[in-house]
Amino acid sequence: MSALSTDHGDHDHAHTGIEEDVELSYYAQRAQAMESLIIEKGMCTAEEIQRMVDTMRRRSPTDGARVVAHAWSDAEFKARLLADAVPALLELGYTLPENTPKVTVVENTDVVHHMVVCTLCSCYPRALLGTPPDWFKSLAYRSRAVVDPRGVMKEFGLNLGNDIEVRVMDSTGPDTRFLVLPRRPAGTEGFSEEELANLVTRDSMIGVTDALSPQPAPAAD
Amino acid sequence: MPKVHDRGGWPNEDPIDQSEHVLSDWEVRVDALHMVLGEKGVRTTDEMRRAIESLELEKYESLGYYEKWTAALEILMLEKGILDSDEIDRRMVQLSQRSG
Amino acid sequence: MATASTPARFGKGQRVKVRVGTPPTHFRTPEYIQSKTGVVVALFGSYRNPESLGHGGDGLPMQPLYLVEFDQNHLWENYQGPDRDTLQIEVFENWLEPEIA
Repeated sequence: MSALSTDHGDHDHAHTGIEEDVELSYYAQRAQAMESLIIEKGMCTAEEIQRMVDTMRRRSPTDGARVVAHAWSDAEFKARLLADAVPALLELGYTLPENTPKVTVVENTDVVHHMVVCTLCSCYPRALLGTPPDWFKSLAYRSRAVVDPRGVMKEFGLNLGNDIEVRVMDSTGPDTRFLVLPRRPAGTEGFSEEELANLVTRDSMIGVTDALSPQPAPAAD
Repeated sequence: MPKVHDRGGWPNEDPIDQSEHVLSDWEVRVDALHMVLGEKGVRTTDEMRRAIESLELEKYESLGYYEKWTAALEILMLEKGILDSDEIDRRMVQLSQRSG
Repeated sequence: MATASTPARFGKGQRVKVRVGTPPTHFRTPEYIQSKTGVVVALFGSYRNPESLGHGGDGLPMQPLYLVEFDQNHLWENYQGPDRDTLQIEVFENWLEPEIA
């Protein structure tokens, strides 16, 4: 019997995407039971849930990277993005449903480096980065990011000198989700936006690392 | 004394565990379910946060991220009179028998 | 969509002090900034109050929300980093008082 079996048998309840090959934990089973009941009671439909799943699975840091690459390539766009991100994102063709939290972009420069955390929960710019990594939601990150950002960045391989200000953004507000615009790496003059986007990692848009440096050209054999 | 969820600056020397796991289907679905119910005004993000924050410390610290979302969903569904825990229990049994 | 909102009490550049409190309701002001003094760097508009929304209330009147900047060496006793390091966080107006001096 496949996971998406339509064999109701005697039961007239709604289907959920049941993983039948994996033994599900108590909470997984509880979530599925609730979903099944909620659909049955007409609070929402399975299709609506599936559409939301598809939307969520479609999003990834590739979206954010494209925005960053465009901002690096177009100074006027960058200015608009920093002033008010939402209309700038709509310019690039993103669809942002009405209830999507507002993205606010903060720019790393040679004088300030931003790092984003949500100490109270896990607020994250999901519209541009997809779902957050486990570590972003972890108690360790949430505790340490505010009190020891430089120590945290070191763990991610980033060592900043004391001449640059480290600015932690704690996302406590109801609407804003901060996205870091990392510094454009040296040696990228003339790069296409696609080449630039390849250097923009998810972690650099959270602020625990910088963007990648371009690979040196391979030596001729 | 900060509340269970108020974590900024809590004593914690642990290195950040950078391992990541691909979200399983049930996790994505409970996230999506919360979002859909939010769009329909059945529950708000603020209520969900409040529900998660009401978990006792031991649960808050030991449950996985989406386990907490599941616990919060149940708290809110019961509070709003949409579900009761007996019918959730019964449905769990039914679903496990069906897949057995 | 007009909803009742109080006009913003604080302006950009103004020094503000965060109130101390642990209300029984849901709230979004972490303890580590409570009693601390910072500077308003931006006004983020007005929003419904989470302390009411968290419990099914309507969150009115809407409260102005501020982006407030703190010096890290002011927030943390043994901060490991230079004096120039900062933290910015969004704080609702009902949690702020003017700081003279």
